[in-house]
Amino acid sequence: MSVLVGTGTKLLVQGLGGAGKFHVDRSIAYGTQVVAATHPTRAGEVEVFEGEVDASGVPGRTGSYRVEVPIFATVRDAVAATGANASVVFVPPPFAADAIMEAADAGVELVVVITEGIPIQDMVRVKRYLEGKPTRLVGPNCPGVITPHECRIGIMPGYIHETGRVGVVSRSGTLTYEAVKQLTDNGLGQTSAVGIGGDPVNGTNFVDVLRLFQDDPATEAIIMIGEIGGTAEEEAAAFIRDHVSKPVAAFIAGTTAPPGKRMGHAGAIISGGAGTAAEKIAALEAAGAVVAVTPSDMGDAVLEAMRRAGNA
Amino acid sequence: MKIHEYQAKELLGARGVSVPQGRLATTVEEAVAAVRPLVEATGNAVVVVKSQIHAGGRGKGRFLEHPDLGGVNVVLDGLKGGVEAAEAAVRSLAERMLGSTLVTVQTGPQGKQVNRLYVEQGIDIERELYLSVVLDRSTGRNIVMASTEGGTEIEEVAAERPDAISRETIDPAVGLLPFQAHALSWRLGLRGEAAKAGRRFIAALAQTSVELDTDMVEINPLVVTKGGAVMALDAKVSFDKNALFRHPQLAPLRDLSEEDAAEVTATEYGLSFIKLDGTIGCLVNGAGLAMATMDTIKEVGGEPANFLDVGGGATTENVTAAFEIITRDPSVRGIFVNIFGGIMKCDTIANGVLQAVHNVGLQVPLVVRLEGTNVELGKRIIEDAGLPGLVVAGSMREGAERIVELTR
Repeated sequence: MSVLVGTGTKLLVQGLGGAGKFHVDRSIAYGTQVVAATHPTRAGEVEVFEGEVDASGVPGRTGSYRVEVPIFATVRDAVAATGANASVVFVPPPFAADAIMEAADAGVELVVVITEGIPIQDMVRVKRYLEGKPTRLVGPNCPGVITPHECRIGIMPGYIHETGRVGVVSRSGTLTYEAVKQLTDNGLGQTSAVGIGGDPVNGTNFVDVLRLFQDDPATEAIIMIGEIGGTAEEEAAAFIRDHVSKPVAAFIAGTTAPPGKRMGHAGAIISGGAGTAAEKIAALEAAGAVVAVTPSDMGDAVLEAMRRAGNA
Repeated sequence: MKIHEYQAKELLGARGVSVPQGRLATTVEEAVAAVRPLVEATGNAVVVVKSQIHAGGRGKGRFLEHPDLGGVNVVLDGLKGGVEAAEAAVRSLAERMLGSTLVTVQTGPQGKQVNRLYVEQGIDIERELYLSVVLDRSTGRNIVMASTEGGTEIEEVAAERPDAISRETIDPAVGLLPFQAHALSWRLGLRGEAAKAGRRFIAALAQTSVELDTDMVEINPLVVTKGGAVMALDAKVSFDKNALFRHPQLAPLRDLSEEDAAEVTATEYGLSFIKLDGTIGCLVNGAGLAMATMDTIKEVGGEPANFLDVGGGATTENVTAAFEIITRDPSVRGIFVNIFGGIMKCDTIANGVLQAVHNVGLQVPLVVRLEGTNVELGKRIIEDAGLPGLVVAGSMREGAERIVELTR
């Protein structure tokens, strides 16, 4: 079992630029079903992806692949022709919000947005547009979503993942990889790993993913990786306290971050003394989570959380 | 992107937000020349001379060179001595303020040089209020925040008198609605003509904020004058840098002299860099990992000299630029390179680091921690280079410990 993506995911690509092509190729090599792409001027063409399969991906496949992905003018056309149920957005920042809303309008269930640098007001409008629609947005400015050996949507290195027992949710890309690698190395593995992104206004939040992992029978423990800025971690802590029965570990980046400075991510900023790492760590510990002191201790923190719950 | 008070007021004034009259001065003569037209236009002999720097707390700030002189000065001399007396007083102030270093709670002890003054009409203040438009991250919507406690930091008010603050959420589908502007104005205690002016002010401010993609607009204080006018006595505006592409008219408002030179250079190379006070330079890929690297250095007893994210697709060119920026800082006594090579292979990164070291020269200890694709190959490349002072670490914590030891 897993959350959000799996063997039934049929992926549409919005944004076939350099980064989009490269990562979509890696997803196909991993075994992800990529069924369609959209492009403003290339409708009717196909984009060919070929190469050696990624041995860390879906098991039981032969050594090489060749996939012809049909290109459509609109998401509606792509969905009607292929039954795509998820989309990945690599569209440049000025046009990304429109791409997300187009996918939602066409009824795509899951939209994963990798694009970094979307204007905040655009995301405010997107969030409003998505209200009442069944579409789930993940990101923007995130590494994507992966279920080991089943489906990879995004830009993460597939080979560090291994099917297992822990759900991973994070605001940071490389810190997700650190956690995943440690969970693979210590034998716990992952059910799914979800990057929710480093922007101040995003789609799916910690609470949404915690709920998914709590309801996923295969997930035995959860690690959430937060950082300074906003109150998403405090809201997650309240949810953990009231609604999560599974062991939870956490790491919060930015203990040494100076106030008033944006630490790389648009959302990583302590403003007016609020959004500090100390507040978030305190809230999570009070909610019963085991908080890792450094990123090197994330795998151990999950083990400790499971030990405390008696199911290591 | 932050802008100066005088720029914010010009921008807001042009969009229907009521602001006092004022003139920018970059020389003493310009400051003196601003006085007469202001006094004649407003009929008020009082003028105010305000230092223009990006940091807040200017009124309570003091000049390093003139410890008795504040950053904002009200000139009353015109009341008795007429325009000439006001001009003489402004001359004396401008001579001391321009080129001097203003230290405020936000500048740090080194202060900031004042190169621009804003000479503004004096205002008869009846009440001081507070108004801002900011993003509420928990709902993903903009809110207008109003407080009856003008002149005080809003965080302080939130902590001590939360009932003094009222909020209205802007629905992006329809914008701030008239009833919301009315409600805010009413709760601010504005009545009669002042209420009408307040509603107009609030509506114009909210609209400007959304249309210009501001990160924040803060009017503190918003004043009600003895004549019942509502005006922005101060204005702090910053813009979402990701939206500047659709507001080309804002680009000239950027004042690079207010920004850290190293941070500006870093941006040109696609690096995200922030200078800190410690001694250990950090070079990391990914914002979260870069923050966590600083935290880990601190955890094992060191102090990070910077935050630096080389981004996902680090090339030899930007790794070299990163090394140059880090080594230019004289307080750096050691460097910690911490890379999780995901899509990017560790051997590529190892070669990039060696090339950068070769280009820039290595005067201080360097610890490299690599993890990810082709990690063994990457480590071997660095070890085989046999550079003195270069250490390869296994884990992030171990790397942090090594660099802290080596810089002791």
